[in-house]
Amino acid sequence: MSTRKFIFLFPVMALVLMPFVFGAQGPNLGRPLTPEEVRKVDITVAPDGRGLPPGSGSVSVGAPIYASRCQACHGPEGAGKPMEQLTGGVGTLASAKPVKTPVSYWPSATTLFDYIRRAMPTTAPQSLSNDQVYALTAYILSIDGIVAKDAVLDAKSLPLVKMPNRDGFVSWWPKPPR
Amino acid sequence: MGTRKNSTPSKIIDETAAHKSLIDRRSLLRGAMLSAGIAAAGASIAHADDGIGANAPAWMKTPGQTFVGYGMPSKWQEKVQRIYTIAPGRAGTGSSRTPLHLLEGTITPNGLHFERIHNGVPDIDPAQHELIIHGMVQRPLAFSLEALMRYPMETHVYFVECAGNSGGYSQAQPQQITAGEMNGLVSCSEWTGVRLATLLGEAGVTKEAKWVVAEGADAAAMSRSVPLVKCLDDAVIALYQNGEAIRPEQGYPMRLLLPGFEGNMNVKWLRRLNVTDAPVNARDETSHYTELMPNGKARQFMLPQQVKSAIIKPSLGMNMRGPGLYEISGLAWSGAGRVSKVEISVDGGKTWMRALLNEPVLSKALTRFRLPWKWDGRPSILMSRATDSTGDVQPTRVDWVAQYTPNQNYHFNAIQSWGVDAEGTVKNVYA
Repeated sequence: MSTRKFIFLFPVMALVLMPFVFGAQGPNLGRPLTPEEVRKVDITVAPDGRGLPPGSGSVSVGAPIYASRCQACHGPEGAGKPMEQLTGGVGTLASAKPVKTPVSYWPSATTLFDYIRRAMPTTAPQSLSNDQVYALTAYILSIDGIVAKDAVLDAKSLPLVKMPNRDGFVSWWPKPPR
Repeated sequence: MGTRKNSTPSKIIDETAAHKSLIDRRSLLRGAMLSAGIAAAGASIAHADDGIGANAPAWMKTPGQTFVGYGMPSKWQEKVQRIYTIAPGRAGTGSSRTPLHLLEGTITPNGLHFERIHNGVPDIDPAQHELIIHGMVQRPLAFSLEALMRYPMETHVYFVECAGNSGGYSQAQPQQITAGEMNGLVSCSEWTGVRLATLLGEAGVTKEAKWVVAEGADAAAMSRSVPLVKCLDDAVIALYQNGEAIRPEQGYPMRLLLPGFEGNMNVKWLRRLNVTDAPVNARDETSHYTELMPNGKARQFMLPQQVKSAIIKPSLGMNMRGPGLYEISGLAWSGAGRVSKVEISVDGGKTWMRALLNEPVLSKALTRFRLPWKWDGRPSILMSRATDSTGDVQPTRVDWVAQYTPNQNYHFNAIQSWGVDAEGTVKNVYA
């Protein structure tokens, strides 16, 4: 094969070989998705805010939603019972009796939004609007003063919320540190 | 025993023979009368021929049941059930455990595989279910179940273990519960499905991708971040479990199978894989499956389940019946590879002897170990200690507990102990 012919064929060969580089060859039966189709199912929210939807919600709007949709399980002001405690425990993690709550333990405020939006309330998951989820997140975070009582959360402000335990996790993957 | 009322005389004779220790005066008398009757009949009718029926059990003298579409275990095994409690108002949340102490071998029957569910088992119409791969890929793709069925498949035996398994050992006092209640959040199946690397190859993962966020189609939309290297290694989109379609409670119609990784990441009812560059700190990788160290920092992403073993026989509820020969048997496994060695101690860890490993010993699968033991009737403390193919050895419980704040109950893999007292009663002990 001449050098010229090889140069011509190289991109073709690379394309043919690519599936073997990534894995075994499959029959290519995936249905290509449009960006709109992806948008409809992509509910993942990253700690840096990627994936947060438009909309916003304030502490004052969140309080009555909490009372009607969350309090029966999580108690007044997130105190817990019969289900998980949502608030309190800040500053207890290094003590003999640590209290792990979303507020005291979770490193990213986005997790609270993501989890409420995908899974809460358990009797009717995915029934809250994005605005309601922002408002609930704001209300829950306001109880321990993580956000101010007049806070309004949206795609811009939520990732900037400083959770008390934001530096508290040490990754054991792929190896323990040191 | 339950059919005694309807027993024929031959049945009584049969049971008397099977339970020698239960022979009492009344059954001896019945047996004597029966023999006398047969002798009398033989005397009065010359050459009487009753056939062989008198010596056969009832089930040999009547036709048995006909075919059934899907067979179930014997009615005599009705006590072999998953172990669970449902908290008030939480029917769809929690776990059920495999009754390891009532099973043998290494493969878990499908109906007894442990469950961890976050908001119930969804009823998914397979014709409407798709697996979507998107994010940092060149071509976002959706795969129907019908499409996946046409892909090359592979079959492997793998265990799945919840990271919360054996968490009871983190308690200050030994919990007096059975081996299944303690360790039953591990099960082992033969899984068949499509290699995830094949599908990711078709979607074309981009250079900056490092993690994949997996999401289930349950009412919790359970989601976890998975390292991309694992997805390109031995990860499987599992469609079959022990030869049949995956059970609803195991993820029907498809689940992510990450051999050796903590159970929660093996996302059931898998509907979406979002290829990304960093973990998302999903609720179940921050709130759960992380453990606090004494300095207040938490370990996160302890993903492969570490080398572990448990003696199942004897264990609590299986008391010894006097001195003599017994078999010590149990299960060992490692998320890092094969079990290379299991050692048994009957003296609380002073001396150890290697157990026999039943073949085949498979990577990231349950391995059955056995060792005969002649119990002399004296108090003993039984322990098993496994080593895996990477050389990792189970730590002592004291060393394991010392790593963490009290009551951290994820990823327990330390040496477990059963105490046998002079009466032969088996109890959970810390030694």
